[in-house]
Amino acid sequence: MSGSFPLGSWTLAEVPELPGGAWSERVAALLGEGARIVTAFGRRDGGDVVASAILQPASGELVLVRGRIDRALGYHALTPTHPAMHVFEREMHEQTGVRIAGHPWLKPVRFEGSAPSAMAAYPFFTLQGKEVHEVQVGPVHAGVIEPGAFRFMCLGEKVHHLEIQLGYQHRGVEALLLRGDPRAHAPLVETIAGDTSIAHAWADCAAIESLAGLDADASTDRGRAVGLELERVAMHLAGLAGLATDIGFLQGGSTYGRLRTTAINTSMRLCGSRFGRGWLRPGGSRAMADAALVDVVRANIALLIRDLAVINDRFVSSVTVRHRFVGAGRLTSEQALDVGLVGVAARASGVNLDQRSLGLGAYREHPVETVTDPTGDCWARALVRIREMDGSLAWLRRVFADATELASVQRPVGALAAGSLVVSTCEGWRGEVVHALETGPDGVLVQHKVQDPSLRNWFGLALAVRENEISDFPICNKSFDLSYCGHDL
Amino acid sequence: MFKALRVLRSQGNQFIDDLRGAVPAGFRGRPAIAASPCAEGCDACVSVCPTAAIALEPVRIDLARCVFCSECVPACPEKKIAFTPEPRMSAALPDGLVVSADRPAPTPVATSGALRALFGRSLKLRQVSAGGCNGCEMELNALANVNFDLQRYGIEWVASPRHADGLVLTGPISRNMAEAVQLSWDAMPEPRFVVAFGACALSGGLYAGSADVDRAFLERFPASLLVPGCPPHPLTFVSGILDLLGIR
Repeated sequence: MSGSFPLGSWTLAEVPELPGGAWSERVAALLGEGARIVTAFGRRDGGDVVASAILQPASGELVLVRGRIDRALGYHALTPTHPAMHVFEREMHEQTGVRIAGHPWLKPVRFEGSAPSAMAAYPFFTLQGKEVHEVQVGPVHAGVIEPGAFRFMCLGEKVHHLEIQLGYQHRGVEALLLRGDPRAHAPLVETIAGDTSIAHAWADCAAIESLAGLDADASTDRGRAVGLELERVAMHLAGLAGLATDIGFLQGGSTYGRLRTTAINTSMRLCGSRFGRGWLRPGGSRAMADAALVDVVRANIALLIRDLAVINDRFVSSVTVRHRFVGAGRLTSEQALDVGLVGVAARASGVNLDQRSLGLGAYREHPVETVTDPTGDCWARALVRIREMDGSLAWLRRVFADATELASVQRPVGALAAGSLVVSTCEGWRGEVVHALETGPDGVLVQHKVQDPSLRNWFGLALAVRENEISDFPICNKSFDLSYCGHDL
Repeated sequence: MFKALRVLRSQGNQFIDDLRGAVPAGFRGRPAIAASPCAEGCDACVSVCPTAAIALEPVRIDLARCVFCSECVPACPEKKIAFTPEPRMSAALPDGLVVSADRPAPTPVATSGALRALFGRSLKLRQVSAGGCNGCEMELNALANVNFDLQRYGIEWVASPRHADGLVLTGPISRNMAEAVQLSWDAMPEPRFVVAFGACALSGGLYAGSADVDRAFLERFPASLLVPGCPPHPLTFVSGILDLLGIR
């Protein structure tokens, strides 16, 4: 495996297409053996749905189970026995119309292509009884933030259930990705989730390069990983600033906020954009630094390490911070594994899952330690982010201790292989980003499936707020820090 | 207590004193186009532009569409296009955003006497994201941080459209948000105005041709201030809004 993250590539003529029942049985068998579902998706092909499930056993490589399912006949839902499949089956049903018998909740994931009235008309769950009330928030929230609808079903002040309805940000990303030359899609890919530009661009570039038969060289990999780790530091800082502000801990808000400025301005010095736009392109990593700029980057990393230690010490030892975060929005490891959480949210519930831990590519020479915490509450999610920043900054310091310059690399990218499926991953700051690209017999892209970690983690938030006071919702929400646009596509 | 003091000392003063004059180092901002002639029949820049922002004879870039990806820079065999760190490039009318060798900068935003009289000392803004990618949203949030501190001019974000004088729109306006945008606007008391922030809001940007976008709202209520970028730098917004309100 070349590159820094797991990637699977298949010549489709060599992969058997299982009928519906056999497909789901094979997926269930692999899940039963302890493999993890990475993604599952489908596309229409006449009266059939071509389904792909990608699983990852403990050894780390990606396994494909390919199916050809009669759309009307369908198959029996995997969700009742394997809840981690829930959102994939919902999405597959919405995107292809395939019948999935026995799925408990096939509510559209993002109301793609349906009339806006369908969105307003789709019923929420209701709760009935004495002392019961419901609270609706959104889609427009009380802040500078993306839209989404939250319906709380409460008993007194306690949340019994939260139903999250998304799709407001749906702007047709996957349809647009099928237009034009896939090798020129990077600017669009960078706006799938604009706070995760680097991770999405990396997953996309890795897939395109694999289809074009181009191996990522060490220099490109390292340049990309610098962008990814800066993005992680910047967004963890943004999240911690938000958490601090939400509980009125103003020193945290202002100090984490200004340190984020240092992190994103470092990205801007290297690539021209505070969000890493333009850093990655298929065949290349365009960020550039001469010796003088490397000195600036080193100084910024040193400043971040020094000043973060001061504010972190204040944050974690503050009674008011602990009082609000400890025990709030708790999610057990069992729940996290059940519903298939990824990224920070999974690791803060004790799940050992970080694609960087495989030690590939840029993480071979300078490994990153996986940070986990068994507690699963808002406090754990904040602590995991603090410790991950420490890890990323230590990684950056090691890389820039050796590096005297950062070279801009751009190699030509040839035509894409025909009849192939490539699934690429990247451990973004929120969690695992997945892109799947399939080419037809003429080498033209027939599907580009995009998966932001938020797709899987929103349901984790819904579970975490159960039995919590509704007033703790803002900190629970902020502690998951999920993307609306990345989910809605 | 001592820990709080240590944080205070490490924090120092992060305030950007001169928001109008500041130029962010390394920022890929306003493009500069050289006057030299193009090669006969060359349309390399046009063909690599992902948002059809470039027109020829003479070469001109529509900043309402430009996402500042800079694909056109290496594509041009004559090396005519460069991006400068200049963040000041807001305009009030769409025509004013087209730059070329002859018109290197967008038309400056003229101060509105009416807006200055009403909001020159206190402006409350409501932000609505309608398909925005959180890039624009984060840069708008940054305006309230300790570096930019836009509150120094009496310009603040408010939670309810009922309290707002201006609607700051981000995103191309996804179809599923079209109604909520209209409802937010309807909830705002008059007088009120619209600010379009970022390439998506200005022109649809990378989503201009999407079937899942509905831009009818901006046709009904054209923006009074256009802030280009993908996402725009906070300073692009600052210079634009201060010009509009006549704040020196």
